Amino acid sequence: MIDAATLYTLAGVLLFGMGLYALLAYPHLLRKILAMNVMGTGVFMVFISIAYQGPTQRADPVPHALVITGIVVAVCATGLALTLATRIQALTGSARLETDEET
Amino acid sequence: MIFEAAFWLPVAIMAPLLAALCAFLAPQRMSPLVTMIGAAITFVAVGFLSALLVRDGPTRHPVGGWGAPLGIDLAADGLSALMLMLTAVVGAAVALYAYGYFNFPGHNEETKQRYASFWPLWLFLWSALNALFLSRDVFNLYVTLELVSFAAVALTALAGKPDVLRAAMRYLLVSLAGSLFYLMGVAFLYGEFGVLDIDQLKKGVTTAPSLAAAAGLMTVGLMMKTALFPLHFWLPPAHANAIAPVSALLSGLVVKGSFYILLRAWLEIFYPLSHTGAPYLLMGLGGVAILWGSLQAIRQTRLKLLIAYSTVAQIGYLFLLMPLLFVKEQSALALTGIVCFILAHASAKAAAFLSAGAIQLVTGDDRIASLRGLMEMQPLAVVAFGAAGVSLAALPPSGGFIAKWFMLDASLAHGDWLIAAIIVAGGLLAAIYVMRVVAPLFRQPDDAVLHRLTLAPKTMTLSAFSLAVLALLLSFAGIAVMEMLSIGAIGMLGIE
Amino acid sequence: MQTRDIDRALQADDDTRLTRPRLFVLALTTALVAALATAALTFPANVGRLAPLAIDSLPRSGVLNPVTAVLLNYRGYDTLLEVAVLLLAIVGVWAIAPRARIWFKTPDTPVLATFVRLLLPLMIVVAGYMLWLGADEPGGAFQGGAVLGGVGVLWVAAAVWLPHAGRPFWLRLLLGAGVAAFVIAAVGLLLLTGGLLQYPPEQAKTVILVIEGAAMFSIGVTLAVLFIGGYPRREEEK
Repeated sequence: MIDAATLYTLAGVLLFGMGLYALLAYPHLLRKILAMNVMGTGVFMVFISIAYQGPTQRADPVPHALVITGIVVAVCATGLALTLATRIQALTGSARLETDEET
Repeated sequence: MIFEAAFWLPVAIMAPLLAALCAFLAPQRMSPLVTMIGAAITFVAVGFLSALLVRDGPTRHPVGGWGAPLGIDLAADGLSALMLMLTAVVGAAVALYAYGYFNFPGHNEETKQRYASFWPLWLFLWSALNALFLSRDVFNLYVTLELVSFAAVALTALAGKPDVLRAAMRYLLVSLAGSLFYLMGVAFLYGEFGVLDIDQLKKGVTTAPSLAAAAGLMTVGLMMKTALFPLHFWLPPAHANAIAPVSALLSGLVVKGSFYILLRAWLEIFYPLSHTGAPYLLMGLGGVAILWGSLQAIRQTRLKLLIAYSTVAQIGYLFLLMPLLFVKEQSALALTGIVCFILAHASAKAAAFLSAGAIQLVTGDDRIASLRGLMEMQPLAVVAFGAAGVSLAALPPSGGFIAKWFMLDASLAHGDWLIAAIIVAGGLLAAIYVMRVVAPLFRQPDDAVLHRLTLAPKTMTLSAFSLAVLALLLSFAGIAVMEMLSIGAIGMLGIE
Repeated sequence: MQTRDIDRALQADDDTRLTRPRLFVLALTTALVAALATAALTFPANVGRLAPLAIDSLPRSGVLNPVTAVLLNYRGYDTLLEVAVLLLAIVGVWAIAPRARIWFKTPDTPVLATFVRLLLPLMIVVAGYMLWLGADEPGGAFQGGAVLGGVGVLWVAAAVWLPHAGRPFWLRLLLGAGVAAFVIAAVGLLLLTGGLLQYPPEQAKTVILVIEGAAMFSIGVTLAVLFIGGYPRREEEK
């Protein structure tokens, strides 16, 4: 029997996988940056679901604090990535990263 | 208070961080001065810390006074102290070089403006690396990893050209994906064992499916950041296209940061899985990295790409002895070999990139074909490159030689002939790619070229030269490294 | 860059056919998800992890909200490094793109600018309230900072008032205030008590609120500056 918290864990794992797929499969930088955020959300969801897998009704505060830290880091990463992407678009006229990863 | 090692742990992290803040707040022309003051304080902290560590043994600082598992602990043993010293020495030489590089005539105003960000970024990187080497908390390590990546990516992008921005973008994406893999691993560890502190985990781990999942996630994530074959594809463009001082930091120090976590994680958390074949897999990838990276390096026509592929190859050596770390008799020898290799590679590779940068400023391009006759023009830079090459090819007397000596010793004692063969083959291939660069340097130069040459300033060539000398001198440091590691690091394996 | 451009760029990239390499990636990620899901199902139920310890230590933490206690006290060092990440992001963004690509101009109608002008002081009060509340109830510096960031974005988008391109000292000071407060408190306490970020329990709440206050303004301004993606830039006057 799967309880709600476990369902959230599984959903988090699935989001992580979906983000990873998009990150690897699509060349456009905007998609890659969004994909990375989806991956991150998956990880955060796993953390939060763990907070509710305890014996008490009261949630574990530690994963919540970790996720807040994680979100702030993710915001910074997104800001940095978007700036790089716009710079690349401005200099080269294209915001795609070629798919042939092996160069 | 100042005669306790525990006091200096946070100082080694806070001093460069505070200096980074001051370099950001101060007017841009003050940045080098602020950096120098911050560097001096950090040097004092690292020096006191190491000396007191030798006197008193491993030390620990519970941040906030809570102590693990509720709080975050900082801790230092011989291994962390060696990494702190390495970062300080290589970093200081690079900073000196950077000062000369940025003041070299020929940079326009906009470029100079961009280069001014080097100082706060480098201080952030230094603080982050020190925090990484001292942290005992798996989630805190994630934050330090992100600090390291952001600083490294921004430093890469300083070159400002489209190629380098693309390389920086790829580096950022790989790095972030690696961090998220690592963080997912942290979630699995916390879900299963309910703690984040490495010592608590060491005591509590069992071979649960979650441990395997965490090991897989964290290993892959850190492999991406360390650029172990086949996840190395981002490294050559980023390291080769960045400006020379940044290349030296990236190749010399940054990849070692993520490897350091990987090493500790396997020795202290994932050790119940050491019999699963995972260490052999890492060893195999390391072996392929050495051969493939060296062959690619031999094929390159651009100097800095050659050096970057050499990094891909040399990273392989770090993983080659993974299985031996878990064999009781060979563990100490293998760890000493790996750590000697980290020290030797960091100083030799930084020296190689710095001298290449000095040569490149002189010749104006990066092709190996334009290196003819530079021995007469820039003897110091050429000698520095040659000496770094000696260490990369592991010829005696050099740090590379002594590191491989330990590695050969450990692998032969265990009867691993294949590992020994790869170590020797890698050395020969390295000798070939080093010779491809060194040979033209001694040829007769074209007169036409000589007229348009301007020389690199002494600060640049001297700092490259001193790092190269360090790479050679490390050949006498084998026993000292082993003694240092005996302070808490040898035997950190969870099972004893 | 306008949203129209972004739409067009994405449409050009809307080729989502399952090519052979993509099938390979799909197989790989599916296998990964399956393996992780299997492992995740075995998490032990009914273990407290760090929760009991965190709750039991609340009386010594200076606050009543357990999440704030973790963020600012037990694991305050994480938060210190995280505030440093925010500042590092700004240094990085300015190193990559000294001048923002977009410049902002005040809309032709005065409604938005007036609205934002009225909103700003109100939102500062709201953020301050969330910060104060965070000590005992859900809330805190990050929530308050997010509110400030939101109004900051509106402020920038409506170009109510922007400095000329460049990095004025007051802006850098606002951006660095969080790190400054945190590091000064950390090092000060190190010298006083011998422990980094080791608050004396009686003063813990005051120190936490002061650090959080500085961090909140820095977070808000950082978010707005990240939105600009470079030095602030007004529309050039013709």
